[in-house]
Amino acid sequence: MSDAMIRLEHVSKRFPGAESPAVGDLGFEVPRGSIVTLVGPSGCGKTTTLKMINRIIEPTSGTIWVDGVEATASEPHQLRRSIGYVIQQIGLFPHRTIAQNIGTVPELLGWDDGRIADRINELTDLVGLDRELLARYPSELSGGQQQRVGVARALAADPPVLLMDEPFGAVDPIVRSRLQEELLLLQDKVRKTIVFVTHDIDEAIRLGDQICILNVGGVLEQIGSPEDVLRDPANEFVDDFIGGERGLKRLGLMPVGDADLERGPMVGPTDNVDSARAAMAQYGTTWVGVLDGERLIGWIGEQDLEGRTTLAGIDVKPIQRSVAPSDSLRAALDLVVRSNERVAIVVDEERYLGTLDLESIAREITE
Amino acid sequence: MTLAQAETRPLMDWDWVWRNLDDIWAQTVEHLVLTGIAIGVGLLVSLTLAAAALRWRHLYAPIASVSGILYTIPSLAVFAFLAPFTGLGLLTAEVALVSYTVLILVRNIYTGITGVPAGVIEAADGMGYRPVKRFFQIELPLAAPVIIAGIRIASVTVIGLVTVTSLLGLGGLGFFILDGLRRSILFPTEIIIGTVLSAVLAAVVDLGLLGIERLITPWQRGRA
Repeated sequence: MSDAMIRLEHVSKRFPGAESPAVGDLGFEVPRGSIVTLVGPSGCGKTTTLKMINRIIEPTSGTIWVDGVEATASEPHQLRRSIGYVIQQIGLFPHRTIAQNIGTVPELLGWDDGRIADRINELTDLVGLDRELLARYPSELSGGQQQRVGVARALAADPPVLLMDEPFGAVDPIVRSRLQEELLLLQDKVRKTIVFVTHDIDEAIRLGDQICILNVGGVLEQIGSPEDVLRDPANEFVDDFIGGERGLKRLGLMPVGDADLERGPMVGPTDNVDSARAAMAQYGTTWVGVLDGERLIGWIGEQDLEGRTTLAGIDVKPIQRSVAPSDSLRAALDLVVRSNERVAIVVDEERYLGTLDLESIAREITE
Repeated sequence: MTLAQAETRPLMDWDWVWRNLDDIWAQTVEHLVLTGIAIGVGLLVSLTLAAAALRWRHLYAPIASVSGILYTIPSLAVFAFLAPFTGLGLLTAEVALVSYTVLILVRNIYTGITGVPAGVIEAADGMGYRPVKRFFQIELPLAAPVIIAGIRIASVTVIGLVTVTSLLGLGGLGFFILDGLRRSILFPTEIIIGTVLSAVLAAVVDLGLLGIERLITPWQRGRA
């Protein structure tokens, strides 16, 4: 058997009185410890699909496996206590303190008070909440804080699976972006199997190890890594749904560190002018970078070389902006188009790594 | 001469009040007991009806209309109508009083429970609550403010109505009002005592219930 934490086989759902099924013969797998994003237009059954996994909605036919066991093998409430659940409305219990909210599932599972208290503290730190908030009620927290509590509550009993139903849909774009970032950092630590529903393709691309694109009626159009889907959309629907800027979106997924960098026109601080001119000629630039060992001190323009024989004594201009290996090629491209020299300098902390230009970035995406 | 005699009776005969303190206290307690029975039985009936309406939603409209009609019938008419079946006494009085509480209580219990946000219910289900535990730990506490508001209105209404039950020969503060009116010469002190104490009782019970609400819904503090 494969290492799928969640597996759907021929799952369909037809609501009473509905003409067509909400989900029709759907099948996919979620590998252990990975994030799959379910994305599609409204009516594509993505939320219905999610809710069938924890049996908030019972499938009409088909089988769902969670951790190798059929979801229908145990009572719904027992199944749900082993699956974390985060919804858009957050659904914190207004009459319970933040601590009590986070401790909900451990309490249902009958943990002793000391263990619950320890776990609450641990989770509060994990999701980056201030422990002072624990005694407050949900209405006293901001939307972003409430969402963090929602995630902490879902993780409380350390379930292997986390279901998230448009959890960041109701917060503003800045908070949303930060919560996405936090979720990825959190996932690095907890390695849960996460099914994440969203209608936002950019969110799906950013968060998903795999994205699962659904069409109206719960029809699976394509499942694959964001990279694969962006490079090779299965059909017109997927192409359409991904929307414009496919190339840019792909660049957004590719780290600078994986790209082939140019060495660039580089000289030492005491080199002579001729070697500087040679470096410029080699790369067709009107500037050279000045390297002191591995450290890039700055750059010198062609006109600064007039009447000089060595570089010593010439004012080296500082590098204004650079990108790091962990930045995306999209950020590098942005730097290229904004710089006068049409180049992005890549620096890891203090260490100079190389340069990227339009040509080299374009090469990465067409390879 | 009646006029002369009436003049000899002051509006407030404090002497009478001191002499009858025990009786006043006893009738006040009786008033509270009659109210308490009505609210208690009314709650049981209303909880049952509301539970049925919550289980089978189509039942709510008929339950609400029937209890609404009961609410509009004057209490005296109810006594007259019931007397042949239940006699002149406690049972008749309580049947009438309970019927007045049902509309308010059923409506508030129902809207209180159905007013719990859908996201909260879904989250509770998703966490693995079973229906009964969910009802008592999530829905009921969250509906408490609305339910208690209903109990407050019902209590104030019933405390006012209990004064009328003295017509059935029952005690309560209505006894003084009726007695004051029945005397050959109107005795204002008795009427005032009955009326004022009934009003004070209503206010005290209302505030008491408000206090209980505050106590059991700490999460509502500091909210608009």
